[in-house]
Amino acid sequence: MKKIHVRYFALFRDQVGRDEETIETDASDPAGLYAELQVRHDLGLGADRLKVAVNDEFTSWDRSLSDGDRIVFIPPVAGG
Amino acid sequence: MIEFGLTIEPIDTEQWRRRMFDLTCGGYAAFEGWVRDHNEGQEVLRLEYEVYETLALSEGNKILAEAIERFGVTGAACVHRHGELRLGDVAVWVGVSAAHRDEAFKACRYVIDEVKIRLPIWKKEHYVAGDSGWVNCERCAAHGHAHESDRPRQPETAGA
Repeated sequence: MKKIHVRYFALFRDQVGRDEETIETDASDPAGLYAELQVRHDLGLGADRLKVAVNDEFTSWDRSLSDGDRIVFIPPVAGG
Repeated sequence: MIEFGLTIEPIDTEQWRRRMFDLTCGGYAAFEGWVRDHNEGQEVLRLEYEVYETLALSEGNKILAEAIERFGVTGAACVHRHGELRLGDVAVWVGVSAAHRDEAFKACRYVIDEVKIRLPIWKKEHYVAGDSGWVNCERCAAHGHAHESDRPRQPETAGA
């Protein structure tokens, strides 16, 4: 098991009801972790609608996760 | 000059404009995004922007560097406001200085277009009708995703 720090923004922060949490998981990559969180928090958005950032950089869904990584699942943006 | 900024204070566009001056440049093009009073048939009362700062700053600087590289402009700058905004406030400002106008216009357009689809910034609109919703990016909407699920509604709670 590794510990992953998850931050939530916007829609996800509202749905989860908090800014961040630390998850103990066996998920090997962001795709696996998001699938877990979708179930745990009843998140409606599919991963195909999101981007993902690990340690403050955009990354791919199959990048391997390490203990202590910080991850953000990025719902559709609307700047400007 | 190349600078990307995030601020919760009102954007002083004149101050940003002055910093773009460069004697090698024949012109400057700018874009201001304003908070308007309606969206998709809803009357908007006010809105808030939320930002993932570290990633927005690195991605914003990347966009400006791309604009300079692609269009050969001299300077490129952008500042995006976040927090609570009122109608008529400047939400985003883009400025580009260049030797000639054509590349200035093109680079300015490039920056605002990329900012809208790439920066981790989210907008929550509060409506006159009393509810609120997170707004989705135009590209997602253009790709035909169902709109109802894009904008989950929630009742406005007192003091929220």
